[in-house]
Amino acid sequence: MFQIRIHGRGGQGVVTAAEMLSVAAFLEGKHAQAFPSFGSERTGAPVVAFCRIDDKEIRLREPIMQPDALIIQDPTLLHQVDVFAGLAPGGTVLINTARSFADLGLQDFIEKFKVCALPATELALKHVGRPLPNAALLGGFSALSGRLALGSVKAAIREKFSGKVGEGNVAAAGAAHEYVLKELHAEAA
Amino acid sequence: MLKQLEGSHAVAEAVALCRPEVICAYPISPQTHIVEGLGEIVKSGALSPCEFINVESEFAAMSVAIGASAAGARAYTATASQGLLFMAEALFNASGLGLPIVMTVANRAIGAPINIWNDHTDSMSQRDCGWIQLFAETNQEALDLHIQAFRLAEELSLPVMVCMDGFILTHAYERVDMPSQQQVDAYLPKFNPRQILDPAEPVSIGAMVGPEAFTEVRYLAHVKQMQALELIPGWAAEFRRAFGRNAGGLVHPYAIEDAETVVVALGSVLGTVKDTVDEMRAQGVKIGVLGVTCFRPWPHMAVRTMLGGAKRVVVLEKSLAVGVGGIVSTNVRTALTGRAVPVYDVIAGLGGRAITKASLARAFALAMNDQLDLTTFLDLERGVVERVLAREREVRRSGPIAENILREVGMGAAGTG
Repeated sequence: MFQIRIHGRGGQGVVTAAEMLSVAAFLEGKHAQAFPSFGSERTGAPVVAFCRIDDKEIRLREPIMQPDALIIQDPTLLHQVDVFAGLAPGGTVLINTARSFADLGLQDFIEKFKVCALPATELALKHVGRPLPNAALLGGFSALSGRLALGSVKAAIREKFSGKVGEGNVAAAGAAHEYVLKELHAEAA
Repeated sequence: MLKQLEGSHAVAEAVALCRPEVICAYPISPQTHIVEGLGEIVKSGALSPCEFINVESEFAAMSVAIGASAAGARAYTATASQGLLFMAEALFNASGLGLPIVMTVANRAIGAPINIWNDHTDSMSQRDCGWIQLFAETNQEALDLHIQAFRLAEELSLPVMVCMDGFILTHAYERVDMPSQQQVDAYLPKFNPRQILDPAEPVSIGAMVGPEAFTEVRYLAHVKQMQALELIPGWAAEFRRAFGRNAGGLVHPYAIEDAETVVVALGSVLGTVKDTVDEMRAQGVKIGVLGVTCFRPWPHMAVRTMLGGAKRVVVLEKSLAVGVGGIVSTNVRTALTGRAVPVYDVIAGLGGRAITKASLARAFALAMNDQLDLTTFLDLERGVVERVLAREREVRRSGPIAENILREVGMGAAGTG
């Protein structure tokens, strides 16, 4: 089982991101379960959503306390919430930021985990026209984790958003995917 | 057809496949997505004829459902928590009049203190209102139970409540196999009411009944629920033949054959319980699970038979009868009358507290050594409670309890993010 925890703030599409991840996994023939942390929905408040992916039926209903991967939609949460709680060694961390891990004071994490900083809000502004980073982050997550094909992520985005908004988010996801691949190559080189 | 859907949306689609003719809607979390989904389906014209009625309260929702059902229409509504309480009087009317209404309850705690999260207090508070109560383990089972519920309700002329865990199921995306309209039509015949308000053949429904006949009317209600116990397994078997999967029935055993310890539970927590039991089984522990799908009527004999080999029983429940302890456990104890088997009651998940494998494994291990308290509150912060109690002993005007507890756990009243 592969477990992903997504941290963000109310209004950033955190819950929708987990749902789209589950749809992308479903489209690849996997079992997937996505659920929110069930808080009162308030714009700007810290929000957590979860997604489990497996080859067999998922019965477990507890929150994800030991994630294999983290998607952090808002870097300001680093000072407010223990977003890294329970992250498995070697786990994957994707952060929405235009700054580097070193700038964020997370130099230690670079050695311990598979990390990437992605300017998803900027990509969303460019392709969608609104600062909603979730679809871009999923495109980036596809590249970073190697768990889901970009095509499945794009199809999942199109299930949630139709028309111009959908295509904008698909473009943002594609651009993010490319960005992360480049970062990974640069790191390997 | 396999789909990846939100639980609420899956239920809305399944209910639409049952061709309800009247849907009464009043929003309350965590049920709202279900009636919203149905509203969209009715508006699209895909479900016709169907009247979607926005009502002014839950009391009105059930009252409209009663009127619609008495007029011969297949009627559906959904609610949760305080909404269920607000329709309590009408619930007794629906069952007392024998009207086959189907209602989803997206299980949620009852205030005060106000809490929108999941537990079973709402359904449990209405367990004796004369409705059949079915509890879903997964979203697949939730949608399947709705299809069975209309069949059950109309064959027995009794209302049926399908209970699904609020948020945990209603807001979870997971894979479901959505049946086709043809499959549902073949399983669920057209509504043929036992009683109908028809101007061509006028009758009155809802007579005043005095001491001369009230006992007989109530006794018949009991007989009908007992009949349901006989009939439900057969209908579940028929469902399995028609749809190719298990859903419904009275109880579902898991790894129970040689189990010395059996955990009894209802609803979505069964998944976490089964995962915990698998891990304990891998270490050689003889533990099994009995899932109760049909809580009302209470499947006395089925529970008694299934627990026949158990040396001890752990009832895990998301409800509390204040001043008594467990509700499900009280029922389990009646099913074990005459047997010297300890029944441990584990109250868990109140107001949405997460029920984890780790906490369950600890409680089950204590039970296996007969070291568990007969009534245990899983993951209770005992220190917090004791500090509040100490303050109450010291200070007369100790203040409101909920606010004091929040202060103790380090959260302001508005800090539940």
